[in-house]
Amino acid sequence: MPPLPSPNRVEVSRQDDTLRVCCAGAWNWDAAQPPLPDCTGIKHLQLAGEDTTDHEGSLLAWLIHLCRQATVLQIQIDDSALPAGIRRLLALALAVPPRTDHPTDDTPGFFTSLGLIALHVWSDFPKIAEFTGELTQAIGRLLIGRARFRKRELFWLIEACGPRALPIASLISFLVGTILAYMGAVQLAQFGAQIYIADLVAIGMVREIGALMTGVILAGRTGAAYAAQIGTMQVNEEIDAFRTLGLSPIEYLVLPRMLALVLMVPLLTLYAGVVGIIAGMLIATTVFGVGFLEYWHETLQALTWTHILIGMFKGTIYGALVAFSGCLRGMECGRSAQAVGEATTSAVVTSILLITISASVLTIIFQRIGI
Amino acid sequence: MADAAEHVITVRGLTMAYGDNVIQHDLDFTVQRGDIFVIMGGSGCGKSTLLRHLIGLQEPKAGQVLYGKEDFWAASPGGQDALKRHFGVLFQAGALWSSLTLAENVSLPLEELTTLPREAIRDIVSTKLALVGLAGFENYYPAEISGGMKKRAGLARAMALDPDILFFDEPSAGLDPLSSRRLDELILELRNSLGTTIVLVTHELPSIFAVANNSVFLDAESKTMIATGDPHELARHGPPAVRNFLGRGSLQGESA
Repeated sequence: MPPLPSPNRVEVSRQDDTLRVCCAGAWNWDAAQPPLPDCTGIKHLQLAGEDTTDHEGSLLAWLIHLCRQATVLQIQIDDSALPAGIRRLLALALAVPPRTDHPTDDTPGFFTSLGLIALHVWSDFPKIAEFTGELTQAIGRLLIGRARFRKRELFWLIEACGPRALPIASLISFLVGTILAYMGAVQLAQFGAQIYIADLVAIGMVREIGALMTGVILAGRTGAAYAAQIGTMQVNEEIDAFRTLGLSPIEYLVLPRMLALVLMVPLLTLYAGVVGIIAGMLIATTVFGVGFLEYWHETLQALTWTHILIGMFKGTIYGALVAFSGCLRGMECGRSAQAVGEATTSAVVTSILLITISASVLTIIFQRIGI
Repeated sequence: MADAAEHVITVRGLTMAYGDNVIQHDLDFTVQRGDIFVIMGGSGCGKSTLLRHLIGLQEPKAGQVLYGKEDFWAASPGGQDALKRHFGVLFQAGALWSSLTLAENVSLPLEELTTLPREAIRDIVSTKLALVGLAGFENYYPAEISGGMKKRAGLARAMALDPDILFFDEPSAGLDPLSSRRLDELILELRNSLGTTIVLVTHELPSIFAVANNSVFLDAESKTMIATGDPHELARHGPPAVRNFLGRGSLQGESA
């Protein structure tokens, strides 16, 4: 067994205005680092090493601290007595003075953060306005048949946001239909009015919840995808490539995505309503003893074209909002992987926020005008 | 001779900034027709930012960018689009549209901005791809080819509309020495055979000396240009910082 190396030591001796620092022993991070010697009032610093080893850079780190402190105090450093390897590494590390105007990483206080958030939200508005303006122009060109985008891309996008969302839409609508039926049944059974489960589920699903659930599913599924796709294109300079050709990225990228969702969401909403009604029917007939034909008849009685059209109208609005948020956040995206992640998160949050706000507003409006 | 030459790009008093953070100020230089013009300088001095100002992606804080006699940033959006038709840009990593094949990438500008018949476009596309050594790659997607090939395909797209001016952002970054040299030869060939004016951002010395006949040197310290002219000339008689850069630090002792 080799003898244990002696632990790190520093010998400090002072002569007039010269401080001699001699490092010895084995330096590593297991042992505590000796305190830095007091350098005030000296003009020369002599560094020396005697029989010292530094396997993990702890001596180097200690010397760098010492030399930086000495440089600040304008002390002359003489490192000629250090072992050659350490001397060269030290010279390399000290060759460039540390930057002093680096960005501070202080965590801002509560009020500072609050202010920063407010400023951020405020500075968001002009960008949203610009995006909305460009999008409106593009929609205008679409309406007069002069918008330029690839039809094949539109079909691809329609497939991605419509048919491929069916499994998740089926599952969620079925479960929501079940919940509605149960919740309603427990209350209605107190009056022996289980048959009205049919009305509750049909109107609830078709008019409100089908659209809402579809909107939320698409916010997470398609809105996030749009933000990530367009954000990555921003990182790859693909958006710049459109702009330098004088082609509008809004027309090529945003318009087909908007169209795909606006075309698909009403259909998905309708589908969600149907699945919800089937779920409600299953629960009502098997658990609460409502007859199948009675339920069927009651559902047809309750459902009017107004409910169906209002549901589809709401779905269309939610779809447009999801496409708007996803594409907006994608277009605003910065040029890093981090930024793409933030854009995706922000797209989902914005979509859900806008869907919730518009759901309340639309419900109140429809109630006021009495349909 | 220089007086008779045509000024393709004139930059006057250009100041570039992100918010209040000035990147470079008071840039003045001209690019003549048929020049191979290099924007050079150390890392982080604003070379690529200058390129973004030249190709209309970023608006200057102050100053003008003139194409011929027309001020780009004073032009209407329609006028800016018309000016953009005259130039092609090769971005650093190619910036190919990832959902389109190489052939579709090259043909999109032709389909959208010209009235050429479909067959003619197909022929132009295969010619451009052949020129950059990618014949037969028409139906590949950008994700299926290497970084160097993406760059060349990006060049084919930039050349699609036969531009008067080609911009290159760090063309040799990430290329092996041989590919990088072939790209230099291609750049020279484009200038010599088509008379295209070429503006490139680079700090690759072999490229600079192989192709360039005019340049501007941006300094990160003083945040402005410190020299403009033929880099061969600047390497001998330029300011010390430029000679040091072009001599790969051989002047370090003198200038320090």
